[in-house]
Amino acid sequence: MTSYTAEFDDIPGTRVFTAERAKKGYELNQFCMSLMKEANRERFKADERAYLDETKMSEEQKQAVLDRDYNRLIDLGGQIYFLAKIFATDGLSYLQAVSTMTGMPIDEYQQMMLHGGRSPQGWRSIKDGD
Amino acid sequence: MARITHGLTTSHIPAVGAAIDLGKTQESYWKPLFDGYEWTKSWAKANVPDVVILVYNDHASAFTPEVVPTFALGCADEFPPADEGYGPRPVPVVRGRADLAAHLAEGLILDEFDLTLMYRMEVDHGLTVPLSLVYGQPDAWPTTVIPFAVNVVQYPPPTAHRCFMLGKAIRRVVEQFDESLNVHIWGTGGMSHQLQGPRAGFINTPWDTAFMDRLVKDPDGLAQMKHLEFVREAGAEGIELVMWLIMRGALGPDAEELYRFYHVPGSNTAVGHIVLQSADTPA
Repeated sequence: MTSYTAEFDDIPGTRVFTAERAKKGYELNQFCMSLMKEANRERFKADERAYLDETKMSEEQKQAVLDRDYNRLIDLGGQIYFLAKIFATDGLSYLQAVSTMTGMPIDEYQQMMLHGGRSPQGWRSIKDGD
Repeated sequence: MARITHGLTTSHIPAVGAAIDLGKTQESYWKPLFDGYEWTKSWAKANVPDVVILVYNDHASAFTPEVVPTFALGCADEFPPADEGYGPRPVPVVRGRADLAAHLAEGLILDEFDLTLMYRMEVDHGLTVPLSLVYGQPDAWPTTVIPFAVNVVQYPPPTAHRCFMLGKAIRRVVEQFDESLNVHIWGTGGMSHQLQGPRAGFINTPWDTAFMDRLVKDPDGLAQMKHLEFVREAGAEGIELVMWLIMRGALGPDAEELYRFYHVPGSNTAVGHIVLQSADTPA
């Protein structure tokens, strides 16, 4: 890991999509792209497991898709704009899908946003505790 | 000669496009946001350029995991709206400006900006939402558009400094175009937001405000900002703000602020919108 990449790991609750993660998530993100076609969305919805088994994704990536575990998907090399194709297929907005990664119920997350969003306090740096 | 007279910045939140397309702009959640664009819509109607150079980022629509161009210039005659998973937005096809795009390709590459040139490209909400916010819902967009896509998805994106230098080069190259054209340049994306992980929902209003102030008055200083500060202070997706430096570089050293609007929230995002006029613009 270069020092450039390592610096971002000091930011709490954040994974930037590095070239290394892009390689790891390649098949997962390609699967997401396949959902840009209506016919593929229909086939996926009809039998998710069968559709995933046609791809070259790892078993843990497939399971995380089935679980709609977006934090796990990001750890496994997914990137949010690719993953958006999954929640678009589910008919969810960014707000609805993104809230699932915070551990907050959607109502609470939405209220936080209406009140100006998540405060930077405590979310800047792990080492500085800020 | 062609001349870049004005620039603007705006967020390009997909839910804003959906609110427009579904007729929800007067709902209580959305109305304050759309009211903030009313000044700009009137101004834009009275100041239609020949071309908009629209700096934006693709969101896994035109660019797949297979190819990640840092800077991609749209050289085609037209750019259809992409299907991002909900079906394509019901907006007009974007008409390009191939002669100026070819001129930009030559001038910028000889100026050592190694662009990717796009002769077929679909455009997603990153490009069409700004057009909707400024021009509403016409049958055809009132201006031609040269899409300029910047990678801000995979790290590292270009530095703020590189973006600022690119903007300056765009100004020089546009001024070498023989035909008399009025050109505007838009920088889109931002402001503070994060769409991933436990830190999602991150918003930093004081930092955003200072960023807008510096964009107008201290762009050289702003161009020194490192990626780490963007992510730490503006959230993981706040890195999109590097694109605003391209717009600012293309306006020349001095620019006058004509209008500013800031609003939280637009979905997960702080909406920042500013309209600038280059100081060199003849009255």
